[in-house]
Amino acid sequence: MKFGVVVFPGTWSDRDCGWVVDQVLGAELQYLWHKDADLKGSDCVILPGGFAYGDYLRTGAIARFAPMMETVGEFAARGGLVWGICNGFQILCEAGLLPGALIRNSSLEYRCEWTNLVVERADLPFTSSCDEREVLSIPISHGEGSYFADPATLSRLEQNGQVVFRYSDAEGRVRPNANPNGSVHNIAGIVNARGNVLGMMPHPERCAEAELGGTDGLKLFRSVMHHAAKALAV
Amino acid sequence: MRTEEAQIDERRLREVALTADEYRVIIEALERPPNDVELGMLGVLWSEHCSYKTSKALLRRLPSTGPAVLQGPGENAGAVDIGEGWAAVFKIESHNHPSAIEPYQGAATGVGGILRDVIAMGARPIALLDSLRFGPLPASRRHFDGVVAGIGGYGNCIGVPTVGGEVYFEDCYIQNPLVNAMCIGLVRADQLMRARAEGTGNRLLLVGADTGRDGIHGASFASLELDENSDERRPAVQVGNPFLEKLLLEACMDLSRSDAVVAIQDLGAAGLTSSVAECAGRVPGAGAIIDVSRVPRRERGMTPYHVMLSESQERMLIVVKRGREAEVETIFQAWDLTSAVIGEVTDDGYVTVVDGREEVARLPVQLLTDGVPLRRPVGAPPQSRPSLDLDSLAPPADVGATLLRMLASPNLCSRRPIFRRYDHMVGDSTVVPPGGDAAMLRVKGTRIGIAATTSCNARYCHLDPNLGAQHAVAEAARNIIATGAEPLAVTDCLNFANPDRPEVFWELEEAVAGLSQACRALGLPIVSGNVSLYNESGGGSGIYPTPVVGMLGRIEDYGHRLQAGFQHEGDFVLLIGSSHNDLGGSEYLKVEHGRVAGRPPDLDLTRERSVGKMVLAAARAGQIRTAHDCSDGGMLIALAECCLLGGMGMRGPALTVEPPLRLDAACFGESPSRFIISAPSRAMPELQSLARRHHVEISLLGMAGGDSLELEGQVKVSLPDMRQAWEGGLEH
Repeated sequence: MKFGVVVFPGTWSDRDCGWVVDQVLGAELQYLWHKDADLKGSDCVILPGGFAYGDYLRTGAIARFAPMMETVGEFAARGGLVWGICNGFQILCEAGLLPGALIRNSSLEYRCEWTNLVVERADLPFTSSCDEREVLSIPISHGEGSYFADPATLSRLEQNGQVVFRYSDAEGRVRPNANPNGSVHNIAGIVNARGNVLGMMPHPERCAEAELGGTDGLKLFRSVMHHAAKALAV
Repeated sequence: MRTEEAQIDERRLREVALTADEYRVIIEALERPPNDVELGMLGVLWSEHCSYKTSKALLRRLPSTGPAVLQGPGENAGAVDIGEGWAAVFKIESHNHPSAIEPYQGAATGVGGILRDVIAMGARPIALLDSLRFGPLPASRRHFDGVVAGIGGYGNCIGVPTVGGEVYFEDCYIQNPLVNAMCIGLVRADQLMRARAEGTGNRLLLVGADTGRDGIHGASFASLELDENSDERRPAVQVGNPFLEKLLLEACMDLSRSDAVVAIQDLGAAGLTSSVAECAGRVPGAGAIIDVSRVPRRERGMTPYHVMLSESQERMLIVVKRGREAEVETIFQAWDLTSAVIGEVTDDGYVTVVDGREEVARLPVQLLTDGVPLRRPVGAPPQSRPSLDLDSLAPPADVGATLLRMLASPNLCSRRPIFRRYDHMVGDSTVVPPGGDAAMLRVKGTRIGIAATTSCNARYCHLDPNLGAQHAVAEAARNIIATGAEPLAVTDCLNFANPDRPEVFWELEEAVAGLSQACRALGLPIVSGNVSLYNESGGGSGIYPTPVVGMLGRIEDYGHRLQAGFQHEGDFVLLIGSSHNDLGGSEYLKVEHGRVAGRPPDLDLTRERSVGKMVLAAARAGQIRTAHDCSDGGMLIALAECCLLGGMGMRGPALTVEPPLRLDAACFGESPSRFIISAPSRAMPELQSLARRHHVEISLLGMAGGDSLELEGQVKVSLPDMRQAWEGGLEH
């Protein structure tokens, strides 16, 4: 099982994702340079957090033109697993691999804090180690993480069950005061219709070890690993 | 003719902020008048900000050596050995004047500058801290919001966690806010770099941002009082580009693995002039030649003067082995960075600046770096200091109500509204997050933890600068110890008003003496630092003396780290140390009686050391579950914080208040050398014996648990009430 972690200029969660893959999960790690176009045999491509290309113009607006993104797009079209975290989610939206957009937090301030996420889809490659309605504790760190989509897109997402994570209270109740950034429908993460491209604002790579405050993030990495093992077995 | 000449000189001198005496020294040394470029270069390097001409003699008194010291003062940052082959590189630096004028960019570029200092040592930055001072809210809202946003804007974007620091609000900072940024980096000890221009013929390569006309005279501006014209200095404040600095950071990390690189030097205050002179000045006899026509520029029409004095951000000077420029340039190209060879190292002891074929400046390196005549202003203590008669203070009518008012004080309330705007987690190393005594970062691949904090009670320093500075060191050490780590080394940022006023220079002398005494007593070397003077706005209304102490500690195994919040219902809550009538300069006196008066608490450094040792011994033996420094706001505030951070109350009998101890002092007095700890009851015998062995007092205050803070018959306040007061303190 090989994770490919894409490095854009300005990316900073690449090393954290790499640490979890390599040191905590014990999976194979391959950094992928934005100027290259080769996934080097990656089974799952992670677009990590950061400020790719300085997030100038708009978050993710420049990054989507990187040579690597063309390859990632083709990989996704073939059903490959693509996982955008924070800035990676923003890039996936800009690249059209996921619908909607991430806009400025409703507080108009950056937010770095722990959030609770209720898992609405536990049947995905990214969440198969979770239980449905399970509450995960995972931190956010962003200034522009308020998910937005037009009403038609939103109802399509809801009808298709493409909302994977919603901000909730500790008991899994989706409430306005559990929403840290003003996302519509408390959306924290969505998946494409086919179920192989996940975008999420919270940072699972920051909570894969107890000393960092929690291990819920590791469940998502493990899910991907199990999925790959099963795929190999088939 | 002579008068005309003198007038011209005066105008020129004012522009570069040099005195007539300094000008005479220059003419004597050069045996000719300097040209405009030379005068500009000397002006910035001889500014207080770059030359330390007023403080240098005093700073020599500070201890800077010790077994762990790998690099003391004089480099871009200090470095200490933290074990297993790792070095921690760290430094604190002020960006006060720019932040007063343009809070967002002033603070942002302060962060950018301190990051480059650490990067230049070959280290990867792993954490940032910020020590901030503002006037009271809401009047100082513009400064406060701008600075916090600027720190976040830079740190969040570059991906280095901001894990701690301090914020205080006081009238004396209304015109002159203080922004001190500290950075910690990690490097293998044997790969620690030094910015020395070694090797005649080696190439000087400039990399990063193109050079523009921004920030010219920034260093000189930082060496003057702010006045009504200071707003016109706004162009002297630079604009930060954290994205570019991120690229520089990664490229420099790649570079430091190459043996083609001799040295990396950051371009900060005084730009190219300072970085070339400093780099050459560290090697006896070395010089450098720079061709300004090769410097990549942002705009047309720039003169050699502009190029040499520009303080454009996000630039580094690299000394590259001759013939290996291409290797280095390849690394920069990978990160889309522009670089250019702009000169080379010489052995003539001069900085020579040419513009193509034309020589535009030629100055001895030693004149630039060490030629400035040191200033020795006269110091004199103030006529009187505000005294305090304890008997005149009415006792608190309702201790609980006082506690709630104190918790809501902007100086004591929760800092969460600030630190949640900073990414404090990136790097996957933050094992003690902000909000407690000190933050802790793990060193990945080892079990070592590094604790970091900043500290200074400026009110104490105002009332007694010597004692106040000692308190700053002692409190920082307690913050470190409260995490279970052992204090290791210090970086200091000395923020003062105009030293030409005798009482201000006296404050500086006294504070340095106090720092020195406390650091020696606690065995702590000061390995780096910065001085910021002239934090004053005319009319003699300067800031309180504010010698900020940044401290690093080390723990062998971060698995044994401690935090402040109570963890287990039923744990014993204990006070280590003893309480006295220490209300002088206290937050209680300010909040409840509206006064800043009296003498700061007495501090016995031997005792401080014993108390710290006892707590560390107990922590190492696994006898205690939580620890918290008991100082600002006193014991009740410390207990309330333990409750709030742990999400559980505590209950105990009434405090024993035996005369002459007063109830207000027992609750809110700020006696030093005290900790609040919690421990399972079974640990009591061992804790008592440890306390006896270290000759420190230990007293049982109560048990953790419940949903209120209660001392029978004296105070009972519910957790939600405390939380409401504590969390809303900055909403003014």
